[in-house]
This record gives sequence, C-alpha cells and structure tokens, in this order.
Amino acid sequence: MSPSLSLALLQVVDRQAPAEFWPWFVATLVKLVALFTIYMIVVAYTTLAERKVSAWMQDRYGPNRVGPRGLFQPLADGLKNIMKEETLPPYANKVLFMLAPAMAFIPAMILWAVIPFAAPWASPWGRIEMQLAPLPIGLLFVIAFSSLGVYGIVLAGWSSNNKYALLGGLRSSAQMVSYEISMGMSLIPVLLVAGNVTLNEIVNQQASLHLWNVLTLGVGFFLYTVSAFAETNRLPFDLPEAESELITGYHTEYSAMKFSLFFIAEYANMLTQSAMIATLFFGGWDIPFMRADNVGAVSFPLVLLSFAIMFAKTLFFLFFFIWIRWTLPRFRYDQLMSIGWKVLLPIALAYIVIVAGTLLALDAAGLKRDFVYGAILFAVNAVLAVVMFRILDRGRIVSPAYGRLDPQELARLRSVSRARTHLTVSAGD
Amino acid sequence: MPNFFYQFNFYLFGLIAIASALLFVTRKSPVAAALWLVNVMFALAALYVMLDAHFVGVVQIIVYAGAIMVVFLFVVMLLNLGDPKEISDVSGKWGRLAAGLVGLALIAQIMTLARSSAPPSLVQPPDRVADDLKALNALGTIAKPLFGEYLLAFEVTSLLLLVAIVGAVVLGRRRAAS
Amino acid sequence: MRFDLSRPFDLAMAMSPDLFLFVGAMALLLWSAIGRDGAAHQRRIGVAAIAVAAATLLLVVAASTRGWSAGPGIVAVDGFRWAADLVFLVGAIIAIAMSLDYNAREAIFAAEAHVLILLATGGMMLMVASRDLMMLFLGIETMSIAVYILTGIDRRSPRAAEGALKYFLLGAFSTAFFLYGIALIYGATGATNFQVISERIVALKLEQTPMLLVGVALLLVGFGFKMAAAPFHMWAPDVYEGAPTPITAFMAASVKAAAFAAFLRVWLAALGGVYAQWHDAIWWLSAITMCVGNIVALQQRNLKRMIAYSSVGHTGFILVAVASGTTQSAAAFLFYLVAYTFAIMGAFAVIVALGSPGAPRERIDDYNGLWFVRPGMAIAMAVFMLAMLGFPVFGGMGFFAKWYVLQAALQASAPQTRLAVLLVLTTTISAGYYLYVVMAMFMKPRPEGADQLPPTNGLSRFIIAASAGIILIFGVFPDPVARWTRTGVDLVPLAPQVEPNFTQSAVAR
Repeated sequence: MSPSLSLALLQVVDRQAPAEFWPWFVATLVKLVALFTIYMIVVAYTTLAERKVSAWMQDRYGPNRVGPRGLFQPLADGLKNIMKEETLPPYANKVLFMLAPAMAFIPAMILWAVIPFAAPWASPWGRIEMQLAPLPIGLLFVIAFSSLGVYGIVLAGWSSNNKYALLGGLRSSAQMVSYEISMGMSLIPVLLVAGNVTLNEIVNQQASLHLWNVLTLGVGFFLYTVSAFAETNRLPFDLPEAESELITGYHTEYSAMKFSLFFIAEYANMLTQSAMIATLFFGGWDIPFMRADNVGAVSFPLVLLSFAIMFAKTLFFLFFFIWIRWTLPRFRYDQLMSIGWKVLLPIALAYIVIVAGTLLALDAAGLKRDFVYGAILFAVNAVLAVVMFRILDRGRIVSPAYGRLDPQELARLRSVSRARTHLTVSAGD
Repeated sequence: MPNFFYQFNFYLFGLIAIASALLFVTRKSPVAAALWLVNVMFALAALYVMLDAHFVGVVQIIVYAGAIMVVFLFVVMLLNLGDPKEISDVSGKWGRLAAGLVGLALIAQIMTLARSSAPPSLVQPPDRVADDLKALNALGTIAKPLFGEYLLAFEVTSLLLLVAIVGAVVLGRRRAAS
Repeated sequence: MRFDLSRPFDLAMAMSPDLFLFVGAMALLLWSAIGRDGAAHQRRIGVAAIAVAAATLLLVVAASTRGWSAGPGIVAVDGFRWAADLVFLVGAIIAIAMSLDYNAREAIFAAEAHVLILLATGGMMLMVASRDLMMLFLGIETMSIAVYILTGIDRRSPRAAEGALKYFLLGAFSTAFFLYGIALIYGATGATNFQVISERIVALKLEQTPMLLVGVALLLVGFGFKMAAAPFHMWAPDVYEGAPTPITAFMAASVKAAAFAAFLRVWLAALGGVYAQWHDAIWWLSAITMCVGNIVALQQRNLKRMIAYSSVGHTGFILVAVASGTTQSAAAFLFYLVAYTFAIMGAFAVIVALGSPGAPRERIDDYNGLWFVRPGMAIAMAVFMLAMLGFPVFGGMGFFAKWYVLQAALQASAPQTRLAVLLVLTTTISAGYYLYVVMAMFMKPRPEGADQLPPTNGLSRFIIAASAGIILIFGVFPDPVARWTRTGVDLVPLAPQVEPNFTQSAVAR
C-alpha cells in the first residue's frame, strides 16, 4: 500500500514528516512566546542568583527583604529602574546612545532562534522541531551573531563622549574580536566530529557516540569556555567595565532602564552561552542513559523531559559563570590579550590539526562511529589535556609560585632574602 | 502562502538594502556611515539566505559585519576625525554630480546586462540548488569544490594572505637602524 | 607523463617548481625573522634567496625536458609556462643579486626584501601556470602585493613612500576592474576555467553577448594597469622612479613579463572565440601605448623615468604581437621578453653600480662623458640602450626581438600592416632618447668637478657583463633562443583550439 493511500484511508498524519504550513506557523508562534517568556524570567532571576550565590560564597545573607527570601527582588529592581530618571549626556550622539543598549541585548536573544531546546515532537499534525528556526547552518549562525554583540558595547562607549566609556568600548572591541577567533577555532573540532553544522545534528551525534563532546573533545570545551567568558565580558575578563579603573567602562553614562538593559544583556549573553556550552559539549537536550529520545520525533512527555534536561544543564552553566566570577580575580589587559593570541589561538589551531588527524586515522582504520570511537578520542584528549595543563601551568596555578624556579636558584634567592631581612633588622638596631 | 512570505521578504530586505546604501553614502559622520554599511551587509545576507545560499549569507555577516566593520569602526573612533563637515571630501556640486552620473551609468549597465538572457544551456533547473543542499548540506556544496577542484587556489589564498601580513609587518615595524 | 590534476599527488607534481619556490621562500622568511637585522643578515638571506631561485630554475629546466602535460584542471602544464618561468626566475635572480649591494648601501636592512622578491616571483609563476580566472587572480595579487611592499621598502625615502602608495591605490583600483570583469565573464559563460570558457563561447554562440564583452573589456582594463599600457600607465613613472632601483628593474622586467604572459594565455586560450570583438580594442591600446610611451620618454631627463616611459612603449610593441594572435606571434613574444628582460636588468644594474649613498646618479646628465672614466660601463650601457632600441648588431637580441614581432604581425592570417608601420615609426622616435644617452656617454665631456664614481664590485660587474654578453651573443646567433621559444609555444594547447576561429572571424584589418 502506498503511503498516500494509507494516509487517505486512515486519516492520520505521518508524525515523523514535517508539519504542514499552518500547524508549523501556530507552533512557531507558541514556541516564540513561550521561549521569550522563559528566557526573560530566567534572565531576571539570574541577577538574583548572582547576588545570592555571591552572598553564599562570602558567608552573608544577600537580598532577603522583598518577598519570601528576597524572591521578588528582580521585580523590585525592574520597577526601580523604570521609575528612575533617564539622563542623557549633553554631548552624546543621541541616536546611537539610545540604540546601543538594544544592540547589546538583541544578538544574545537572536541566538536562541537556532538552539534546540528539546527533542522534536511527534505531534498529531506532524513532526515539530523544538527550535525556532532549524537552519541548515545553525552553528555558523551562532558564530555570526555572537560576533555582533560587540557593536552595542562599542557604540555605547563611543556615543557617550566620555573618556572612560570610550576606553571601555575600545577594550571591549579588541577583546571580543580577539576571543571570537579562538572561539570559532575551538568549535571546528566539534564540527569535524559531527560532520555537520546544524545544532540538532551535533546533539544527535553526541548521543550516537554515547559520549558527550566534553569527554571526546575536552580540550575544545576548555578553549570554548574560556573564550565564552571573554565574549560575555564576565570576570575574569570583565576589562571593558572594570569598576576600579574605568568606573564601569562603557556604561558609565547610562542610567535607569538603559543601564538596566546592559545589565540584562550581560545575563542574556550568559544564558545564551550556557545553552551553547550545554548543546555543543554536554549533549544538549539528549537525555542521559536513554535511547528513546534519539529516534526522530518523540512523544510529548519525552519532549518535556528532554526540555527539563536541557534546562538543568543550562542552569548549571549559569551557576558556573557566577561561581567563577566570585572566585577569580580580574586579569590585566596585556595578560588578557596575550592569553587570547598567544595561548588560546595556537592551542586551538594545534588542536584542530590533532583532532582532524585522529579522525582521519580512525576513519581510515574503518572504525564505526560508536562508543569505541568516542573512547579513543577521549583517550587522546585526556593525554592532550594533561600535556596542555603541564605546559600552561609551569608552576603558576596548581603548584606554588616558586615551583617554576630550579632548586638552586630558589636556594640562592632565599639566601638573598634572608640576608636582606638580616640587614634591615640590623639597621633597625 | 510561503510564496507570499518570500515575496514580502525579498522586497523588505531589498528596500532596506537600497535605503541603507543611500544613507551610507549621504551621511557626513563616518561612524553613522559605517553603521549604515553594516545594515546593507545584513540586508544582503538576508537576500543570500533567501537564495538558499545560507553559507554565503552567514559568511557575509561573520566577515563583513562581525570582523571588518568592527575593526573599521574601531579605527574611525580611535582617529576621532573631528567635525564631519571639515573632513568631508566631496567637493561642491560638480563632484557630486559626477559621482551620481557614474552611479547611474553603473545602474544602467546592470539593467542592460540583467536583460540579456543567458543561453538556455547555462540556466540551471529551478530545484538544482535545493537538491544540492539536500544531498550535501549547506557546507558541502561549498566545501566540495573548495577542497577538490580549487584546492590549489584555496592554498594559494593563504599564501596571498601571508605575503600581505609579512608586508604589513615589514613596513610597520620599528627599526633600530632608522 | 600526463597528470590527472584531480589527484592531489599529480597536482603537487605539476606544481613542484612553484611549490619548491614557495616552501623555500617561507623557510627563508622564518630565518630572516629569527636573525638580527643588519647588513650581514640581509646579505646571507639574499644569497640563500638566490640559491632557492636557482634551484627552482633547475627544477623548471628539468620539468621542461620531461614533456609533462596535464588533463583538465586549474593549472596548465606546458612549454609556455616553463619558458615564461625561466624568464621570471632569471629576472628574480638578477634583481636579488642587484639588491644585495644596493640594500647594503642604502641601509635597507629588512632581510625580508629578498624573500618578497621570491614570493612575487612565485606569484608570477602561478599567473602563467593558471588555467582558471580565479587562480590567475590569486597569482596576480600575490605578485602585486609583494611588489607594492617592495616599492616602499626603503622607509626613509619619501619618494618611495609616494610611489608605493600610488602603486597600491591604483593597483587596488585595477584589481576591482579585474574582479568585475571576471564576475561578468563568469556570468556570461558560467565558468572560470579557460578551456570551458572558450568551448562555451563557441558552442553557445556567445560572441555578441553584452555581458561577456563588458567583462572582457573590464579584464582588459585590469590587465592594462598591470602591463602599464597607455591610458592606464599613469602610475608607472612615479613608481619606477620612487622604488629602489633593483626593484624598479624587477618591476620593469619580470612583473611586466608576467602580466604579459598571463594576458597572452587568457586572451588566446580563453577568449580566442571573441577575437573579432577584442581585436580592435587591443589594436588601439597597442597604437596609443606605442605613441604615448615613446613620445613622452623624449622629454625625460631622469634615467629611471625615461626607462619607465620607454617600458610603456615596449608594452605597445609587445601588444602588437598579441594583436596578431598566432602561434608565431606567441613565439615572438617570448623572444621579446627574453631580450627585454636582459636589457632592462642590465641597464638598471649599471644605474645601481654607478650610484653611491646620497648620490643616486639617476639623471642622464650624470652619465655625461662616462666613456672617459668608465669605458666598460659606458659600452655595456650603450649595448642595453641599443638593444632596447632594436639596433642591428650592436643591439644584439633587441633587433631580432623587434624583427620577429614585425614578422609575426605581417605574416598573421589577418596581417597587422598598420600596426607594423606604427611600430617602425615609433621605434624611430625612440632612437631620439636611447641614442641621446649613448651620445651623452661618449661625446659629451665629463663635467668639471664631477664626483668620483664609486668602485664597482665583482658581482655587479658580472651581472652587467653577463647581460650584455648574452644580448650580444644571441644577437649574432639568435637561432637557439628562437628555436627554444618556438618549442615553448608548440606545447601550448591554445593553438589548435583558437586558430580556426581566427580564420573565420578575423576579417577586419
């Protein structure tokens, strides 16, 4: 019996086939509204989470006045920001000054168009993708639009006509342009393994290897995450705002809701990057230890479960962003640049070559893309990671600061310092 | 219905591109002009995507809007060129008129060229691009010729860039002797 | 051996001399970055660069004797390529040898200068090897960018900076024309490969398509800039004058030769089918170039500027060969390139040898009475001038170069009689300035209180003597070179495809 005849007889739609126009249209509208709502709520509550987590890490209470345990704090903040006076510096470029906060925020939001947030749903009207726009070039779209966030910051810095703001804007454009490169480079191994640029395929590939990319491409995960911190201007790379030097940099001149929009943009960017890390390296919506979700479109409960999984992963990385912020000090500007260009970029390039070589060898050996394949990649990455951290560390992070001196030199320095202490003491006498 | 969307988007982005391009050449402030140019790039990228050239569209954004124009803006801001009226290099009515005429000539040329019909054997079947995309996905259609037939050209491009970089370093570097 | 260019190994073999040159250049680049800047380092790199170029030369010679050929692809493997490669490599070796002393004297310690000459040469080799418009474009740009930088490599000279900037801006401009032309040709034929273009022009009867013709016209403009043909030659005098003299020689000889070789291949291999359409354009280009170059050169009192204008004139002469568009003219063209390369290189080598720090001695008056202080130099310079003029016997190969071009023009299936007449007339005009230099050297007295000329070292002497010797010897026995150029051209696959079209479509003139 031909498929069309069976359709006509049974009056059912093939649930694996893409939905028709109208179901697709309605589904897209629903997805749009739902996603935007969830997105904004999460962003709002991330600001609260930031303060709560920092309080927890610093052993204090944090906001606890508005609502039970301070839960309505974001609402109060929003209200406050709307009520505040909007200031406009007299010599600012008015149009760009108004436009800049929006331009900082929009790219972060647009990226959600291509991030798959759940397994595709086998609805009664056909298969509905749980992603706003299943573009054939998903990952490239992400790279393209994440590189646009810099416009908002640069223009804010320039249009304010303020030296601190301009310095912040310049720093940020240099920083983001530099780290964009290592970010893009660190994604290439992911593409090599997936053999595809659509994010859904990347998720499926991780499921098919039974290993997430964080294991098979651990070094890539490290590079991407570091670059993501720089791209979102989060500590330890928050040089563009650097309160202590630049009086919050590019948004020095902003007040009220426009300032708040920059704030929102920062958290929106964090949220987007968290979702990206989750998708690219932690299996996205893939439900761990379960095969039922990787067989094309699935039933609605599974869709919800996969969404919950994705949400949990994203929230974890949001927490990770906050965790790092309250743990590490800020880099110096020259350190920031040399990490980007002299450390991350060369490592990323070498890593591409190594991964490509490994894949070539594995494919030439006729290995199927399954668990063994992933396990070999994992072994290669583990070795690389150990080598990389040994070279990078050189007694800076893990071992004490004097760890990179040779013992004789150390002994000499100690004797010198002892002699000096002796001298000062004797001079005091 | 999808056809209506296609038409609507074509005219929308086409008009945006044209309007932004006009604003780009008429703005006096270099920063404003640069931003309008970014807008043109965006509209063009949208048109490329509508032609199923997803990769070209995205690369348009990554390369032009994301990299070149940011650096451009960076330079414009650092130079801080001063009052836009003083740095305007369009001199008088005649300069503008001549530039306008050249532009018109180009438009006329493109119009004539677009009318001259291609020989039927060069016209591709309407679904050719879509079929290619299905068979090779969005990157494969570019990657296959790039790393196959044009491998040498691709590698030579990197040499070309190397020469340019070396040149910039040689000319820009401070020398002890000089 | 016939290469299948779709297989990477075959492609690598087909490109082996080019690849060797590039790999060598990159190794030298690394070395030049590691060492400390200074006269000694500069000289070491220069000598190594000469070695790399010479090794490439040997590879090219070896390749040319193997009888290699290739299937369809983006590069050509034929005698024309090897012959042109030899001309470029000889030019590069002489240019690097000249800049060894020149750079030391003028305190240009950037060792990368020599490597950039190698890279530019590599670009030229790619240009002449390319059988695809994209590849051709990449070759042209690799060469051009390297040469822009070389023009401005002397950072203390304002004239060099001016020349480099002008060259760069106009070069970028011409690149835009070139790319637009490529785009339109692609739009009209749906291909960038020369062979496919020529097949489609014939098969689809595209001769009258406006898009193709506009594309060809824009391509011609782009090439016109690179070759410094008449309405597009404005940059040449300033750039030639401003650039360091060895680089000027390199530009006047090799860069121009490369532009011509690529031009010839594109025009005959890809666009042979529209010969009737472009013939008039090239005819006029050639005529105007011959007149402008030679007449303006008459007024120049700076030797470098004079040679710059005269090289514009030579562009016109070579274009005569292109306009006649036969295998014979391609052979004549190769012969012309050889003769011209040695003459130009020799003349500039004399200028380099006679200059000293702070006193470049580039005006013609500086050469007054040279015969009385440096007879050898004067004789060599006279040979180079006469060779460029095309004087019989004393001009050596120069005479035969012009003679072959004339012969090709007159014996073509559509004889270029008027162009030939113009060629003879403008050559007569050019005698006015070439012979003026000779006259100044031999008949004018050495001015009172002229500076002592610097001593010439062995290397310069060798370059000058060798160039003059080659010009004279092959001027007496031109047959080996002529035979070599003919074998070079016989292997070009362009002839069989294109010539039938000539007889059909070449009606006018």
